[in-house]
Amino acid sequence: MIPPLVMQLLDSLAALLLLLSFAMLAQRRIVTLVDLFALQGAVLCAATLLLAWRTGEVNLYLSAALTLSVKVIALPRLLHAMIRRLGVYWDTDPLLNISGTMLVGVPIVVFAFGLAQPISALASTATRSAIGIAIAVILLAFLTMITRRKAMSQVIGFLSMENGLFFGAMCASYGMPMIVELGVALDVLVAMLVLGVFFFQIREQFDSLDLDRLESRREAP
Amino acid sequence: MRPIDWFTQALAVAVALAAAPLFLGWVNQCRAWLQNRRAASLWQPYLGLRKLLHKDPVIAREASPLFRAAPYVVFAAMLAAAAVIPSMGTRLPMGAAADAIVLVGLFATARVFLALAAMDVGTPFGTLGARREMMVGFLAEPALLMVVFVASLISATTALPVISEHLALRPLELSPSLAFTGVAFTMVLLAENARIPIDNPATHLELTMIHEAMVLEYSGRHLALMEFAASLKLLNYACIGFALFLPWGSATGRSGPLALALALPALGAKLALAGAALATIETVSAKLRVFRAPEFLATAFLLAVLGMLVHLLLGD
Amino acid sequence: MHSAHIRFKSIEASDPQLSATSASALAEVLALLAAWLVVGLAGLVRPGSLRFAGRTLFPLGALVSVAIAVVAAANLGAAPTRVVLPFGLPDLPMHLRLDPLSGIFLVLLGAASAGISVFAAGYFRSGEGTPPGLLCFQYHVFLASMGLVLLADDAYAFMIAWETMALSSYFLVIAQHRIAEIRRAGYLYLVMAHVGALAILLCFGVLQGGSWQFTFDAMRGAHLPPAWAGAAFLLALAGFGAKGGLVPLHAWLPEAHPAAPSPVSALLSGVMLKMAVYGLLRVAFDLIGGLPWWWGLVPVALGLFSALYGIAFAAAQTDMKRLLAYSSIENLGLLFTGIGLAMVFRGASMPTFAALALVAVLYHAINHAFMKSLLFLGTGAVLHSTGERNLGRLGGLIHRMPWVAWLTLVGALAIAGLPPLNGFVSEWLLLQAFLASHAVPYPFVNMLLPLGLGLVALIAALAGYVMVKFFGVVFLGRAREAALADAHDAGFAERLGLGWLALGCVLLGLLPAAVVPVLAGVAQWLGVGALPRPAAGWWMLVPLDARQASYAAPVIAATLFAAVAATSFVLRLVYRRRVRLAEPWACGGAGLSGRTQDTAEGFGQPIRHLFAPFFAMRRALPSPFDAEPRYEVTIGDRFWNVLYAPLAPLTDRVAGALAALQRGRIATFLLYALVTLCLLLALVLVL
Repeated sequence: MIPPLVMQLLDSLAALLLLLSFAMLAQRRIVTLVDLFALQGAVLCAATLLLAWRTGEVNLYLSAALTLSVKVIALPRLLHAMIRRLGVYWDTDPLLNISGTMLVGVPIVVFAFGLAQPISALASTATRSAIGIAIAVILLAFLTMITRRKAMSQVIGFLSMENGLFFGAMCASYGMPMIVELGVALDVLVAMLVLGVFFFQIREQFDSLDLDRLESRREAP
Repeated sequence: MRPIDWFTQALAVAVALAAAPLFLGWVNQCRAWLQNRRAASLWQPYLGLRKLLHKDPVIAREASPLFRAAPYVVFAAMLAAAAVIPSMGTRLPMGAAADAIVLVGLFATARVFLALAAMDVGTPFGTLGARREMMVGFLAEPALLMVVFVASLISATTALPVISEHLALRPLELSPSLAFTGVAFTMVLLAENARIPIDNPATHLELTMIHEAMVLEYSGRHLALMEFAASLKLLNYACIGFALFLPWGSATGRSGPLALALALPALGAKLALAGAALATIETVSAKLRVFRAPEFLATAFLLAVLGMLVHLLLGD
Repeated sequence: MHSAHIRFKSIEASDPQLSATSASALAEVLALLAAWLVVGLAGLVRPGSLRFAGRTLFPLGALVSVAIAVVAAANLGAAPTRVVLPFGLPDLPMHLRLDPLSGIFLVLLGAASAGISVFAAGYFRSGEGTPPGLLCFQYHVFLASMGLVLLADDAYAFMIAWETMALSSYFLVIAQHRIAEIRRAGYLYLVMAHVGALAILLCFGVLQGGSWQFTFDAMRGAHLPPAWAGAAFLLALAGFGAKGGLVPLHAWLPEAHPAAPSPVSALLSGVMLKMAVYGLLRVAFDLIGGLPWWWGLVPVALGLFSALYGIAFAAAQTDMKRLLAYSSIENLGLLFTGIGLAMVFRGASMPTFAALALVAVLYHAINHAFMKSLLFLGTGAVLHSTGERNLGRLGGLIHRMPWVAWLTLVGALAIAGLPPLNGFVSEWLLLQAFLASHAVPYPFVNMLLPLGLGLVALIAALAGYVMVKFFGVVFLGRAREAALADAHDAGFAERLGLGWLALGCVLLGLLPAAVVPVLAGVAQWLGVGALPRPAAGWWMLVPLDARQASYAAPVIAATLFAAVAATSFVLRLVYRRRVRLAEPWACGGAGLSGRTQDTAEGFGQPIRHLFAPFFAMRRALPSPFDAEPRYEVTIGDRFWNVLYAPLAPLTDRVAGALAALQRGRIATFLLYALVTLCLLLALVLVL
């Protein structure tokens, strides 16, 4: 007994999300990181569309459109502009080397998958088996934020975490209420703008976006 | 075992022996076309082997008997591997003698003998090549095993012919775990067969080479065997890839001579496709520094592990 | 699985005939152990005579070894038999028992020590250190005590045997006691052996479960609450792990094993470490009842970590015996992993796979006894012939000592896990067991355990790396020192010993289908589970189902052999080209010497780079402007710095405090005695 093609596609897209999370974990170029984030948004959008088509929920069409406009188009453009203005192209020298980070990532995925088993059993949606992947995406984004030094890549990690949350909500209960989603989308945009202002201020002050410098601010003039 | 199964067995080995240099010639031809060079003949590898076999082997005075024995062992290991890979049909009498883990073990045997032979004469290049080969090998081997294990989990067996038959006969379905492991397998194939981005088969630049550095001291029939074994290894890897990821077209189950007759062109088509793909990958990617090779292989390993985890979660 | 267990017991009860025959087997084994002691004592008659010890006593000891292996192997299927010897503690006479589990380890002990003893007959030379006769005595006491460990059926007998084993091996380790480093290594060994023994003693204390009966039978009958069962298991793991070099209790192993004379190193690594495996198996599968399944995860995790840690360190070593010692840590790690896996499967009601994991453990234990003994003896022969243990000063020995080189190559290929030799078989079995771990019905565990597959594969591949380094640097290439030109091949006795062990490696590799059913019988007797017995010949190993997995080692070997023969025949026949000898090509480079090869440090460099977090590494790099550039790297063990180094000052402080008690005045000592007496009397009153 094999599941219908749509479900197979959804599972494949979920697996792709997980793969993109790992790619973001391993990526040292911030420009590529932004592209990966946009790609993650696109995959998410495709998954939402597929699910909307299968379930016939209008809400899901709306959130797919929202994902497309905010996460695939607006935010990446904003981030690219910021990277050009700030001139931060690389986040070399992460706190833990790449292979080490990936090694930590694997048990995190196992943890997320194990965690999702009871939740999946409770949920009644067709996509419930992918909840584990959503949790894994969230935790891996966390890991991305922890292991990076540049504020820019941490922000991208934060955004990717939001992708995971969104996907999780979609798998567990076909999406959050529309009003919440709109609010979150707005929140993310505003947060981006505020952070952007912060970046410029930080750089004015310290000549760098390295967070290590922030930590040792007492020594700074 | 029916007589036709023994015939399939003999045919698999014969075809592997005959097609290995041809496949290498095809890859080289594709590479040349993609890189705007004029391609050498498709039969060039055979001509190379023939030339080498007609020469006197020259061996360093310091060489031990191990050095002379190694080419035969390496070649025999590759030949034995070719006998258990279901390239034409999945009913192989030898298939029960060696499962996929043994297959990986045979590759490891060949690698260890190659590396030991490279260290035998005691030249700087030989030891350097041996060290690098073993470094690539110890990372590639677990990745390959993980790839095999994902397929074994799907089909509940480690016997490669049975895996291949199971995958060929089950209904067509999108399988993310097989997709992950497919990518991982391709990366292992590139690394294990001394292809770009890990090694460059066309280079003689000392500082970057791996495989060439190891066989530098060989000549004549010994070198011919080593080269033949290398091309056989590439073909073996390609056929393992077909057995796992493109199992359709080979003779399965209790099918008769007709299926076998159809399997031959199917294998040819798959090889043509794989060769073109390999040449494309090699053309569009740049060679990595040796230090980056572990990262490349760690990624392959990780992909295979992710494939396994995704299989366990989604159960495809 | 239970029916088998019960069947054995009922045979024992109802069929006195059978019981009597195997009781004689136990008596035979005991007599043979006594024969070892006699051989050892005979050494004391003429302690200075190398001829007597070498020509007569060690070969006799080897004969006894073979006899023990034969007797134990012949009685593997028999029911357990007991004997109570009339000495020991007043209310605890010495209980001894021969059952399939102890039997299989007796086979291991006998078979491996036979080769080692034959080698030892030609190995020991007169010189400084312990005189040969005394060495012979210690050696045979060591062997007999290991036999007694396997036969012991009460805690007291076990501890006596265990401590005798530790002490006799301590004296063997410090055979070259004039060298300060060796004394230091011996001291560390003794301390760790006692820490381990203490844990084992405590474990037995918990296992008696309030009955104050210290026979193993009483322990089997005691029903411990899960918490106490867990505590007992942890203590056993600590005690036997300390003996088996389980990280982080491993630090003594790479110091002590290389310090000993090579035959002793072989005994320590090849045989004595298996006593730790035996002990843990005895406690975990025989003595403890009611242990929750998840305790099995502890040895799996620790074992995998040990294995990875051990093999990474082995790759970084520059001393060939230390390299082998670290490789032992790796192999013991794999054994502990297998034990844990069997426990998890047993708890998950997957008896077939539990039996498979246990068979893998037993097989690997026997394999490792042969492979590691062979390799240690090979290094011994090299050490004798060159006086050099440092890999950086060896090389090219395959020309000077072909016998040793080719026989050692068998061991190196076997331990690298290459088909068709024996190391591959046990790794294959372990991987097959791991493949079933996704079906364990526990969340998280069913995804974590399959990752072990990847780790085991990585460890096996790294073992190949290490063995290429070991064999390549010692035996291949050019001699790195001029003095190596005088190296000579091993003598007849040494070759015979090496050959015996190499033959064992080959046979165990080629005939797994004959060995596995025997081991499966042991697992079944332990009540772990049974393997199905599919109809397949002696040449085809089918542990589970023929569709699922099969391996025909003789077919693979024959195929390889036929391919080599056919290829060389055809090439020689068709192309009659003569081999010409010339200078090496080396891309036209001239000026090759022993120094233009990769060094042992160089060969370990990728591993040092990749596993950098494991190593406490100090490097001194030369600058381009140095007149005499020097490169220096020292590899330290992080656990040593964190766990062991702080212990020394602590011990010093405690010792200082205790010294304050000791004023040297008789009156003070009498006062202590009085206080102690009063306290004891008070204690009796309270109880």
